[in-house]
Amino acid sequence: MQNGVAITGMGIVSAIGNTVAENLNSLRNAQKGITQVDNFDTSLRDKVLVGEIKLSNDQMIEKLQLPVDNSMTRTGLLGALAAKQAIVSAQIDMVSNNYRTGLVSSTSVGGMDITEKYFYAYENNPELHRYIASHDAGVSSQHIADYIGLKGFVTTISTACSSAANAIMLGAQLIKSGRLDRVIVGGTDALSKFTLNGFNTLMILSDTYCKPFDQNRKGLNLGEAAAYLILESDEIVQKENKKVLAYLSGYGNANDAFHQTASSENGEGAYLAMKKAFNLAGLSPRDIDYVNAHGTATPNNDLSEGHALIRVFGAQVPAFSSTKAYTGHTLAAAAGIEAVYSILALQNDVIFPNLNFETPMGEFQLLPQTRLLHQSVNHVLSNSFGFGGNCSTLIFSKA
Amino acid sequence: MKNPCYINGIGAVNAQGIWNDDPFAHITEISNPLTMAMQPSYKELISPAMIRRMSKGIKMGIFASQQALDEAAMDQVDAIITGTGLGCLEDSEKFLKNVLDNDEQFLTPTSFIQSTHNTVGAQIALRLGCKSYNFTYVNGATSFESALLDALMQIESKEANQVLVGGIDEIAGRTFALKQLVHEVKADGAVEKLKDSQSPGVNFGEGGTFFALNTEKRENTYAQILEVSILNKLATEEVVDFVTSFLTRNQLTLADVSAVVIGNNGDLKYDIYYTTFCTLFANQPQIFYKHLVGQSDVASAFGLAAAAFVLKKQIIPKTIQWNAIKLSELKYVLIYNQYLGKDHSLTLLRHVET
Repeated sequence: MQNGVAITGMGIVSAIGNTVAENLNSLRNAQKGITQVDNFDTSLRDKVLVGEIKLSNDQMIEKLQLPVDNSMTRTGLLGALAAKQAIVSAQIDMVSNNYRTGLVSSTSVGGMDITEKYFYAYENNPELHRYIASHDAGVSSQHIADYIGLKGFVTTISTACSSAANAIMLGAQLIKSGRLDRVIVGGTDALSKFTLNGFNTLMILSDTYCKPFDQNRKGLNLGEAAAYLILESDEIVQKENKKVLAYLSGYGNANDAFHQTASSENGEGAYLAMKKAFNLAGLSPRDIDYVNAHGTATPNNDLSEGHALIRVFGAQVPAFSSTKAYTGHTLAAAAGIEAVYSILALQNDVIFPNLNFETPMGEFQLLPQTRLLHQSVNHVLSNSFGFGGNCSTLIFSKA
Repeated sequence: MKNPCYINGIGAVNAQGIWNDDPFAHITEISNPLTMAMQPSYKELISPAMIRRMSKGIKMGIFASQQALDEAAMDQVDAIITGTGLGCLEDSEKFLKNVLDNDEQFLTPTSFIQSTHNTVGAQIALRLGCKSYNFTYVNGATSFESALLDALMQIESKEANQVLVGGIDEIAGRTFALKQLVHEVKADGAVEKLKDSQSPGVNFGEGGTFFALNTEKRENTYAQILEVSILNKLATEEVVDFVTSFLTRNQLTLADVSAVVIGNNGDLKYDIYYTTFCTLFANQPQIFYKHLVGQSDVASAFGLAAAAFVLKKQIIPKTIQWNAIKLSELKYVLIYNQYLGKDHSLTLLRHVET
């Protein structure tokens, strides 16, 4: 376990592509996936922009070849698409029982997209009753497990916007403790009227393209996505001669313990999470070639995270960017898709730009990477912070 | 060498009231489809303004966690880990209804902010000023066991020496009306105790149960947690193998188990899992608890509290014994839980000499 835990597969669906290759292509070519809301009616349509996946639930059901009477919600459908890709990319045969395999998924909205559609309609529509149990967040994971044919350890984490990072962390701990040989880890979250309006009441949604780390940033664009990684034990990697995409070399979770929704100004939680990740990885800040920042583009997050980065890295903050201007903030899935982007950076020796940046913030001298940069990338640090002061950092290293 | 994981304190709020020295002596068996928790006074712990704003789930979580810490004489922890099946349901429903009823107008953020599943864990961290590891699990009937397994791994790996772990779930109106519509919960008007259950569905409850875990044992240590195992689905004919292979992995045989704690909830269709489980332990005392607190995704946390209590006291109160087998010395207690045939878990505890 010298290098950390091996990552042998990954899958993703996001507003900038329905495969890993499509996402890489969009990232390279500065193609963002931010539009108006098309998949459901909302009075906020003209007021906000989102990172929406342009597939209806019916289209996804068709892609997944599900029976017509399935009870999957959008969160589960997105998750199934991404998890299946990850399994295929790691060339895993789910039918054989050679290895103890688990799924650690994460979500914040669960089945809310269906619940908000039918909340008052169930009494008169018995055919909809199959969806009632699907509201529960954990059911999305059960649906994904059923779809990929997994019988074993399944659980779900929900710590708001750091959820998928924590799912990845738990997966690594399950392998290190010897309880599992292989874990599918990540997160999925669908857009819903509920979350859109929730963030709107907090007045942190931008009415235009979000501008992470910009002096004139106005807030975030919400998004939807799903992404999963396959973590495997060294034993499997050796025995099966598996190709390793990258290693998860460090991780840390800490709590800001400052406010239910806002981050402390000095980024205490973020600082502690990064410190823990470095300790575990046995790396120092100088080793990091790229930081995939949380960078939601809210006034509060970017200020707090910026201070935390300066506290950790000092005057030499490495190349950093937030990819949320491409995808929107995909909540529980965010750390999952950003894990995929971090691995792509390692595999391709490339650093993705922080789109829409114009004016440096007044509080400090931090300039995000604004153009695609080709340079050797050996270690990437990825941050994700959520409501409830939940701060998580992952460090990925070249295979 | 792994660090051991001891239960040094317990706290709870549920239909029976709060955790106390003799929690199974004066009980009222529940018989209503929806049985609310008996809410304690919160004014010693929470400011009046916050008491008004917080949902009962948050309050029960704060109360139960503080009770567990007090009993263990702990004031700081290295990890706060919670499980909740349905999350902060009151606030979720409140915000959702406002969105739907007012056509997305006139909304305020409080209920949205508090609707997040990790609100309870976050609020506990906030009041303790605890900046350490903070995870929340939302996986149906294994939400609490997921949290417990995480806690065990934190302690075993020496990441944490003191951990607060708990489960919280609350009843809220619309969600449970829908659960009644699909007969997951018994119909309004049904009055059936667990053992007399005749109609479809189960009696639901709500509550919070917390444990203060420590690598060091104390005079008042309840028990040691040895292992937790989780499985998403299982056929009834596979129960025997699930249990025996779990025990084998822990170098135990069926005969080593002194007593079992079962999650029977009166479900006519799925209690067969427990019947099957109990055939393996026909000669040992069997303990049940959902007749006191009702079914919920985290009811099994109270099952763990019951197991810890009997191991410490070396007595099994009549009010929670399922069968009539006499107690011998209690060394290992095994807890089995599942719900609707899904989310199976086994938790193994050992008696601790203090």
